[in-house]
Amino acid sequence: MTGFAIQPVLLWSDALLFVLIAVVARLSFWASRQEALRAAWLRVLKDGVAMSAATVLAVFVLIGLLDSLHYRARLPDQPGATSRYAVEVNSALDALLSDLRQRAEKTYSAPLATHLYAKEALADSAQREFPRLKYGGAHLGEELSGYEFDIALRASRGLAGGLAVWLLLVALVRRVNGLDLKAVMKVGAGGTAAGAVFITLLPILLLLGLAISLGGGYHVFGTDKVGQDVLYLSLKSIRTGLLIGTLTTLVMLPVAVLLGILAGYVGGWVDDLIQYLYTTLSSIPGVLLIAAAVLMMQVVIDTHPDWFATSAERADARLLALCLILGMTSWTGVARLLRGETLKLRELEFVQAAQAFGVGRFAIMRRHILPNLMHIVLISLVMDFSGLVLAEAVLSYVGVGVDPSTISFGTMINTARMELAREPMVWWSLVAAFGFMFALVLAANLFADAVRDAFDPRSSA
Amino acid sequence: MLAYIIRRLLYAIPILIGVNLLTFALFFVVNTPDDMARMQLGVKRVTPEAIQKWKAERGYDKPLVWNSAAAGSATLTDTIFFSKSVRMFAGDFGRADDGRDIAREIGQRMGPSLAIAVPTFVLGLFVAISFALLLVFFRATTLDFAGVVLCVAMMSISGLFYIIGGQWLVSKVWHLVPISGYSGGLDAAKFLILPVFIGVIGGVGSSTRWYRTIFLEEITRDYVRTARAKGLPERVVLFRHVLRNALIPILTGVVVVIPTLFMGSLLTESFFGVPGLGSYTIDAINAQDFAVVRSMVFIGSVLYIAGLLLTDLSYTLADPRVRLQ
Repeated sequence: MTGFAIQPVLLWSDALLFVLIAVVARLSFWASRQEALRAAWLRVLKDGVAMSAATVLAVFVLIGLLDSLHYRARLPDQPGATSRYAVEVNSALDALLSDLRQRAEKTYSAPLATHLYAKEALADSAQREFPRLKYGGAHLGEELSGYEFDIALRASRGLAGGLAVWLLLVALVRRVNGLDLKAVMKVGAGGTAAGAVFITLLPILLLLGLAISLGGGYHVFGTDKVGQDVLYLSLKSIRTGLLIGTLTTLVMLPVAVLLGILAGYVGGWVDDLIQYLYTTLSSIPGVLLIAAAVLMMQVVIDTHPDWFATSAERADARLLALCLILGMTSWTGVARLLRGETLKLRELEFVQAAQAFGVGRFAIMRRHILPNLMHIVLISLVMDFSGLVLAEAVLSYVGVGVDPSTISFGTMINTARMELAREPMVWWSLVAAFGFMFALVLAANLFADAVRDAFDPRSSA
Repeated sequence: MLAYIIRRLLYAIPILIGVNLLTFALFFVVNTPDDMARMQLGVKRVTPEAIQKWKAERGYDKPLVWNSAAAGSATLTDTIFFSKSVRMFAGDFGRADDGRDIAREIGQRMGPSLAIAVPTFVLGLFVAISFALLLVFFRATTLDFAGVVLCVAMMSISGLFYIIGGQWLVSKVWHLVPISGYSGGLDAAKFLILPVFIGVIGGVGSSTRWYRTIFLEEITRDYVRTARAKGLPERVVLFRHVLRNALIPILTGVVVVIPTLFMGSLLTESFFGVPGLGSYTIDAINAQDFAVVRSMVFIGSVLYIAGLLLTDLSYTLADPRVRLQ
């Protein structure tokens, strides 16, 4: 009887995500040795708002990464059989949140509620009543003794815990780096960017403390139609949003860079052809092209059910296909920018000198043109991110987004939307989805602005 | 001028052909009509006869590009490519799955779409430009900073939130206007106010920021310094000089949108139950009505190309120095 307790599963999107991280790591190593790039990044590092946004983003990325470590749990051994693994694919985040995931109620319940949202006829009484939740406030017993007191106690305990962790962190950094707490608290013109990180960490840790402490006994954001915890759904949505925001750019960049540089540097009929290609693609309204491509992709996936072993794989393939399709429609803008920039670079002295020395075309493009275009690539990567996260929600609403079984902000909003007409309103899953999305997109926008200002001096106003 | 327009129109033809070929490839080559039929009829229980019937109803039972069974020119014309793709150039979009003529349906639905899109566009432009001018007037003050922060925050909110939140607040809590629906004539106003308002609010963040950058770039120019040196008040400098000179970059982004107003807004129309082209498209996507989606893709790109042409022409109006060759 051999076999480990878990069997790691590497979905395609996970693999690409790790490739992306490797690429980013490699590029940042490269950038750290380039004078100009290091100076630009130092400008970002000194920007308080940017660092604060980066802190929030880092928390989101951490959650997304935890959710990308997939595995299949081993089923209980049966005598004489080889070890088998569950069909269900879980992630490290699922394991961390297994409490939240498994404590499903019957249907809707409001945040911190102890009873279901709708009345039901109970077995032992003639009247219709609000049934008690199975898990929400279960520790209080049938009588709900001291409900308010329990909430207040848990909340204050959570806040205190968050504060304690924060103070510990500050003390630790002070110990190691000799950072002055007073200097840390002073952000703005005279303060350090480290201060911004710590100030952002404080509310994050406080909220985390609240969520952990209250989530132990209640559903902090309520439950959805099938009784799943909304907080769990929101946290799971983060990975989908991050994947769409980053993988789309990752898959479209090689095409955009290659064609943009080729068109700009080689010129002639190559230029004409590439220009024709992207003008044609960009003249189709984005949503419609995406809708048409996704419809066709659905036909392909639905008519080939044998391609995918598990439903997780199928949903993953759909997510990747969506990234590809979004990339197909969005590479045109970047390619156009890169072409224009290459046209300018081509005439500069260092490129002319390389040509005079007899350096080959492709060597020039790779060694002299490409490095000088990296700032455009970087700026487009960070600028596109927030738009893509928002687009996912809209596309899922239109019905051409991710697989309905994939948890995402779009699918959350889409299911919650149906319930708005109910009285009293089921507002919590909408608010949770929009709230998380707002935090993610706002942080991304602020960070992107700082990066653009640092790398493109022209744009800073 | 006329020669330029004609040349630009000729240049649009290969692009439209490209769009046409692309949609044809997407809808008929990536997936055969058989695949589409199987998908729509349900993958499991489907008989070859049902597929044949489905294809015959839609005219998909012909060969793709070459009909060797036909004689004469019919070898080319009696095919899916000719009847479904080439005919689009003549304005013939065929029939939707419910049997209605798509071209007629589009004609009827343009009105409601424009009734929402045009006021939203005009009002949005006005609000964003005034707001941006205000921020530039108070540039480098707390008000400017707060305005930019507000813009970034508004940009970061999902468009769905504006619609859902607006419907809930204005229609459900305040009971000011009906939550959704549409009617012709003057009656339409009460249905239009909310979607237009939400459309303006939803777009104002990003466009204000965009115009502010344009104005700020313009304000560093020499002619502005000259105007100030003449002793003109800042108000006059902004409205008479900066605004007019900033028109070129503004036009680049704005004029191209005008023809696509015909397409309507997907989200707004479907949330507010407006029978326009946007909701038509969404319904077609949800019902997987391939003919309608294909037609909308084609019309959309025609309108976009028209927008590019209009942009070039508007330059000559805004800036007499621009001469189109």
